[in-house]
Amino acid sequence: MDELCTGLCKLMVESGADAGLAQFVSLLVGVLLVSGVPLLTVIILIWVERKVAARIQDRIGPNRVGPLGLMQTFADLLKLLGKEDITPTSADRVLYNAAPLVSFASVVLIWVVVPFTPFHFGVDLEIGALYFVAIASLGTLAIMTAGWASNNKYALLGAFRVVALLVSYEVPLVFALLVPVMLAGSMSMLDIVNAQTGMWFVVFSPLAFVIFYISSQAETGRAPFDLIEAESELVAGFNIEYSGMKFGMFFAAEFLHVFTNGILMALLFFGGWMGPLYYESPLIAFAWLGLKGAFIYLTTLWLRNTVPRLRIDQIMAFNWKFLVPLSIVNLILLSAALKILQELGFAPRDMLSASFVDVLPTTVIMFLINLALVVYLLGILRKRGQEARRESGAAQGALAQAASGAGD
Amino acid sequence: MNVLNEWAFVGLFALLAPIFPALPIVIAWLVRPRKPNVLKSSTYECGVETIGDTWVQFRVQYYIYGLIFLVFDVEMVFLFPWAVAYNGMNLFGFVAGFLFIFLLTDALFYAWKKNALDWK
Amino acid sequence: MELNAVTIGFFIFTILTLGGAIGVVTTRNLFQGTIWLMVSLFGVAGYFVLLSAPFLAAVQVLVYIGAIAILITFAVMLTRSVTRIKERYIRTIPSLVVSLALFLALLFGVTVPIFGDYSSELAPTVVMTTRDLGLALVEGNGYVVPFLLASVLLTAAMIGAIFIARDEES
Repeated sequence: MDELCTGLCKLMVESGADAGLAQFVSLLVGVLLVSGVPLLTVIILIWVERKVAARIQDRIGPNRVGPLGLMQTFADLLKLLGKEDITPTSADRVLYNAAPLVSFASVVLIWVVVPFTPFHFGVDLEIGALYFVAIASLGTLAIMTAGWASNNKYALLGAFRVVALLVSYEVPLVFALLVPVMLAGSMSMLDIVNAQTGMWFVVFSPLAFVIFYISSQAETGRAPFDLIEAESELVAGFNIEYSGMKFGMFFAAEFLHVFTNGILMALLFFGGWMGPLYYESPLIAFAWLGLKGAFIYLTTLWLRNTVPRLRIDQIMAFNWKFLVPLSIVNLILLSAALKILQELGFAPRDMLSASFVDVLPTTVIMFLINLALVVYLLGILRKRGQEARRESGAAQGALAQAASGAGD
Repeated sequence: MNVLNEWAFVGLFALLAPIFPALPIVIAWLVRPRKPNVLKSSTYECGVETIGDTWVQFRVQYYIYGLIFLVFDVEMVFLFPWAVAYNGMNLFGFVAGFLFIFLLTDALFYAWKKNALDWK
Repeated sequence: MELNAVTIGFFIFTILTLGGAIGVVTTRNLFQGTIWLMVSLFGVAGYFVLLSAPFLAAVQVLVYIGAIAILITFAVMLTRSVTRIKERYIRTIPSLVVSLALFLALLFGVTVPIFGDYSSELAPTVVMTTRDLGLALVEGNGYVVPFLLASVLLTAAMIGAIFIARDEES
């Protein structure tokens, strides 16, 4: 909101207002404008989430309140407002009430560094990419606090599992994030998007994108990593004691986090607002970003409603024994290839000013390296799968034999 | 906008961000019914009355994951500047970064071989 | 003193840092103590922003609030009594002497360079960016040896931690 601020500032100072006050008011207007985007989006997201889940499960979903059930969220909101709030007597009241606020705030705060168009953004922090990782870690602490303050065994157990899951998947997430940062040579989100003028980063390293995608699915606690909502094992997990609006805030935070991750992936790997005619008008640029983010968001919903939940030991093994080593190998291979290409003069040293032709050889080579890595991995996985099937087949055979033996 | 002005924006945002979720909670607090009773306000676990202290001793595996994560977290602190400066460095700079990552991968493999990564 | 954004920020962060620190030492509850500690460290992150070191601020939040806090809570849950700490630390006089000595040393270390001849060195005109930091880390005449030593240290820390934690378990 850079332009608007200076404009409003000038206007206020010219009409005789105090310079400090003018600056503060223009900052405030900027903050409200930027925060308005996620806050308005989340209202729509709740409807989208329910409608998509319903369609995938062969139901109709909300369709009574308003056209297509679009007003359903407002009806829910009214209902939640009228709900009695139950705070267990043994809870730690201050922390219990603070946890949902921090949880939601940590997601909204990510939007500070989201550039909506080339010219409209909250602020373009030099450390943008690191900023959103750091802010997301506040959400982890909020979940831990919620589980602890509830003074409930299930809540605490759920919180512990979720936190172990969240911190574990942060490792591959950051290793995957280092790839776009390395390519752009900057942590500023604006620079990262602008560096994709020649080619989207997803083509350089589809594997980094896939790792980032899987990790962010885990970071939001969505299936197959939905330990956060383990109804069958822990009643509900860390939010079991929460009711009414506070409970709703945890869910609003989760829904918004999923969409925020979609937007982040669009920015980091899919060129953000870049698309045909984006330079014609900021609105077109904004629409491109929204479309890309929404598409990635919809695939995460699809995944969520398709796959079953994993056990915690499987989740941990998948992360530490597969995703983390893979993300490290991916980073090492790509950085080695890019550095050699740069030394030989085939790759541009500055992506910001590189055109499509400049980056073409780099793109092809890096893509092929990723492809080779994937083929190699698939080979290993196939072998492992065959072994596991043979073992379980043998075990089942033995079991069947034992059962028939007992029947005789 | 200069750097501090940018951060004033972030600071103001951080002050306002908890207020957005607080608003509906406060409105709900004003309009909602209040009929607490002893049973309702007791801890809800699975229908049976809760036994003993919630804050009991947990398994050590959580702590081990926490430790491994902490080491990687500190590693990231070094790798972010490395990645930002990547385009400006020569082959030597890349090798230094490679060695840095490689040494830590060793530690990961040690943890793997010692079965510290298994959920027990 | 002029009342501008920096001063207001400084006041807020001081309240957070000192208030959090007081909270840590006065609470009887280990988990609440952890949260107070995080409030205090968050205030320190704010100072880094005011000193134009946003990278360090992000690192402070990422490492301390994102990792150390989680690690402390996990560690707290390994102890027996979380909420009812009855034993008091009674060696008041030695700890008073040590903390006073530390405080004086810090006071001395911070104030002397300001009033001494070093004042010019304290105000660098060139603002270091994260990119400069990254280049300095890998340059032969920069900090490449400390950079790699940090990696060795981290590796040793992880191996040692796993060794001890697992030994305890069996």
